[in-house]
Amino acid sequence: MAEKVLMKGNEALAESAIRAGCRFFFGYPITPQTELAAYMAKRMPKEGGTYLQAESEIAAINMVYGASACGARVMTSSSSPGVSLKSEGVSYMAGADLPGLIINVQRGGPGLGSIQPSQSDYWQATKALGHGDFQMIVYAPSTVQEMADCAYNAFDVADKYRMPVMILADGMLGQMMEPVVLPEPKTELPEKPWACTGHKFEREHNIANSLYLTAEELDRLNVERFERYEIVKQNEQLAESVMVEDADIVVVAFGASARIARSAVVSARKEGIKAGLIRPITLWPFPTDAIKETLGTAKVYLSVEMNMGQMVDDVRLTVNGQAPVEFFGRTGGVIPSPAEVLSKIEEINGKVGA
Amino acid sequence: MEKETKIVFQRPHALLPVVTNYCPGCVHGIVNRLVAETLDELEIEGKTIGVAPVGCSVMSYKFFGCDMIEAAHGRAPAVATGAKRTNPDNIVFAYQGDGDLASIGMAETVHAATRGEHITIIFINNAIYGMTGGQMAPTSLPNQVTQTSPYGRDVSTAGYPVRVCELLSSLDGPAYIERVCCDTPANVRKAKKAIKKAFQYQIDGIGYSFVEVVATCPTNWGMTPQAAFEWRRTNMLPYYPLGVYRDVVAEGYANAAEAAFARAADCPLVTGGGAQ
Repeated sequence: MAEKVLMKGNEALAESAIRAGCRFFFGYPITPQTELAAYMAKRMPKEGGTYLQAESEIAAINMVYGASACGARVMTSSSSPGVSLKSEGVSYMAGADLPGLIINVQRGGPGLGSIQPSQSDYWQATKALGHGDFQMIVYAPSTVQEMADCAYNAFDVADKYRMPVMILADGMLGQMMEPVVLPEPKTELPEKPWACTGHKFEREHNIANSLYLTAEELDRLNVERFERYEIVKQNEQLAESVMVEDADIVVVAFGASARIARSAVVSARKEGIKAGLIRPITLWPFPTDAIKETLGTAKVYLSVEMNMGQMVDDVRLTVNGQAPVEFFGRTGGVIPSPAEVLSKIEEINGKVGA
Repeated sequence: MEKETKIVFQRPHALLPVVTNYCPGCVHGIVNRLVAETLDELEIEGKTIGVAPVGCSVMSYKFFGCDMIEAAHGRAPAVATGAKRTNPDNIVFAYQGDGDLASIGMAETVHAATRGEHITIIFINNAIYGMTGGQMAPTSLPNQVTQTSPYGRDVSTAGYPVRVCELLSSLDGPAYIERVCCDTPANVRKAKKAIKKAFQYQIDGIGYSFVEVVATCPTNWGMTPQAAFEWRRTNMLPYYPLGVYRDVVAEGYANAAEAAFARAADCPLVTGGGAQ
């Protein structure tokens, strides 16, 4: 029988990852993901797992790379400035087709920024965490329960497609407490015949590598990898749509800002404004299907984010000029209030004359 | 009467029959071979994971017959850590050059050593960046001319070379540290002995092991292999003295942990055991 417990988001991520079979955690201290590493330090030894505090974020992600190459279910967690440092290793993981989980409990940026919640790493997560042509699957949970669910599934998805997966959380989701039903521990993990475990003279030697000095060979591999990404786009899009069937104004928001946007949408409905919400749960692949379903009915889209306007680019690409796309955001660690978002909805409603 | 044929010399099994990218006169070929001979003699090729660096030996994942992981520049000790922690029964080694190990990867080098990771590091020190065409390395000698120290390494602006064995021997983590050379048949045999011992220490769980090989780079030093050997003997060996810098077994301890414990005998937190 699944148990319901009260947990911080960071702890739920950690516990759920352990239940998903993750036994290797390599990290470096940073606020506001602190509870996650502390939880792992406490729990991993009890599970026969490894918690290792690395000398740097760079070392941590390269330990993840090494462990993944050897077949481990492995993860690291950090917050924005630390995730920037991990970008080298993530690119190498993508280039060597290695699975693994990277958690970003976002804080304000750029630079040292703030230690308050933020969503300003959307571009980094979905477009360019590291050099080269590659993508990660990016989950954006918006409740503690969803933090647990995403962590539980992330490893399976990473193994299935042999690619790095990110959970893009933020300081608010990481630190807040909510009731959560924890999943049952996984007992069966997938075989990894490609892993470096010692060939025992029973097979050719396995190689984990991202170096290709022949241009045509690298070209071919990149094309193959992007064919795999197309399958991911078809299979893995996740979004929640709320009251969008008759909505004139479709608000698009993820993670923490989706919680606020939902309140604003409910308030707008009470005022008679036909507003709805699309909440991307995967940021890559971006849930274009969910948005396209509303293209015939929505008069306007509003992207609500805790940044200066990043996901709004993907909304515009999906809408492709068929409706206006507006943006509302706060940055630096400021969490927008439902009232602020509601007045933006009211303002837009006045403009579209719905 | 036919003479019985006896094989006296052949390619080690752990060294694959492929063409390497090493220049004529390069020392990598010798050291690759010594590592492969060791894997054969200790019968560990089947359970060994090698980590290749960025540098001239970047392609060594194609040369060694064991499972191989290609690491990012300088990160080999971190990658090797991840590998060893995942499967502690595997034998894990990293093979690194001086730019990789002592410059961009210095943090990974020092911390893997101080953690006492049960891995083996083979360090090729030729005092120059070979693959990128001869830039100043962390181990380039004072006044050494390179592409990026065209007037000679000026210590007033470029600082001093790093003596890695000496540096690491100040840490508690390592079990075995030795600097060798392969300029003569006798020294090649000594180098082989050191490399074999380094792997044996890992097999026996004694701790972190590190072997530095003082090497040459005829191509980027702009010398014939013969002149390069002479330059090494004249200039590098006085700066990088050969010898054993740490051997906890020779010091009378069972392993690195026991040696570290003895060194901290006056610290009650260490000797008391358990969390306080």
